[in-house]
Amino acid sequence: MVVIIDYGIGNTGSIIKMSERLGFEAVLSKDPVLIADASHIILPGVGSFDNAILKLHNTGLVPLLTTLATKEDRPFLGICLGMQLLFNGSEEGIESGLGWIDGHVIKFSTEELNNHKIPHMGWNQVLPENNSNLFRGSNKAYRFYFTHSYHATNVAVDHVIGRTPYGNNFISAVQRRNIYGVQFHPEKSHNFGLDLLRNFLII
Amino acid sequence: MLSVRVIPSLLLKGQGFVKGKKFKDHRYIGDPINTIRIFNDKQADELVVFDINATINKTGPNFDLLKEFANEAFMPLSYGGGLNSLSQIEKLFTIGFEKVVLNTCAIENPNFIKEAVYIAGSSSIVVSIDVRKNFFGRYDLYSHSGTKKHTVNVFDFAKLAEDLGAGELIVCNIDKEGMRSGYDLDLLRKMTENLSIPVVANGGAGSFSDFNVAVNLGGVSAVAAGSIFVYHGKLDGVLIQYPDYEELVKIF
Repeated sequence: MVVIIDYGIGNTGSIIKMSERLGFEAVLSKDPVLIADASHIILPGVGSFDNAILKLHNTGLVPLLTTLATKEDRPFLGICLGMQLLFNGSEEGIESGLGWIDGHVIKFSTEELNNHKIPHMGWNQVLPENNSNLFRGSNKAYRFYFTHSYHATNVAVDHVIGRTPYGNNFISAVQRRNIYGVQFHPEKSHNFGLDLLRNFLII
Repeated sequence: MLSVRVIPSLLLKGQGFVKGKKFKDHRYIGDPINTIRIFNDKQADELVVFDINATINKTGPNFDLLKEFANEAFMPLSYGGGLNSLSQIEKLFTIGFEKVVLNTCAIENPNFIKEAVYIAGSSSIVVSIDVRKNFFGRYDLYSHSGTKKHTVNVFDFAKLAEDLGAGELIVCNIDKEGMRSGYDLDLLRKMTENLSIPVVANGGAGSFSDFNVAVNLGGVSAVAAGSIFVYHGKLDGVLIQYPDYEELVKIF
């Protein structure tokens, strides 16, 4: 059973629909018993960093999730803001992130962007690195839908599994063992998203 | 790879999709769920749905219907129409919409933009700007589906929306809408020159070359269109269409 964490944030309808389309049972939940038994855990997220991390702490689930992800190797996927929460913190707020992957989140700066606009809104490429099983498959021309103003930085080279050209090549996907994060929205990226989500759900 | 988004704009009236000219004379196009399913099959970049009576009739979003839309779409969906509370916005995200479009409420209470951005993030909040050129050749700002005129300067309002955190603007000259004679390039250019957030062109596209011109001369980041995706042939038969990726790349 795939569990999508219900902490009052994020586009959860589409993730569920896509999982079901792929043949997996998926449910939105904040029930610790259900989560403890989940085969895969997905953390969605939309909005601002502090608002999200505080809401997540309010569910009381953080200790359980930390154990499952960092000690029990449960496959875990953070999407968009859900990925940003995996790091130590964000320029967007003052709260600490989960700190499961070393790194920080910063805003796109106008210098690095040349003429590009903020937020980064729309379809863009992801160039896979480090041969992650998240991007396995024949599809070389990956494009996914992005909608964000902040992005990861200061992540160890071994943990970077995808970069995207927008100004510079920013880090758009990360992995540390069983913990994955993607800045884009696979649930909104047609067949590219289906392929990636399938790769995650068969881990 | 192509970074310009090409966005079908779908007008919801009651339970059906419609299309009009200059925000009037709306003609029934078809069943919305089926229409969205077709755009999904054709891998449309994203869709925007406007409920054209929601503000005028003071109804909120039709959540049940919108949830069914979201179930059909594996691409980003935006919704606009009658939004005036944060709880409506949160609910839209939960049922599967990526972005919400604010028009009337943003004009009558600009601070609402800031409140919405706080809970949703800039990338999820779009402000829609509908204008008409007046007798003196200047632009007037309209709300309530183009029925109520405001005195604020259109470009000042656009800058205000940006300053309050809106993630993008969708800009439409009402008199061009549905006419298929091209977008209002002057309007688009003035907007994009003064703003650093993305601007989406809306209203007037008649051919794919209008998309190209809107980007290259108007400076927009994305193009939205209605008629060009739902009508076909000399007699304007209804046919839902969307170019495939290779064709899209060629346009720009």
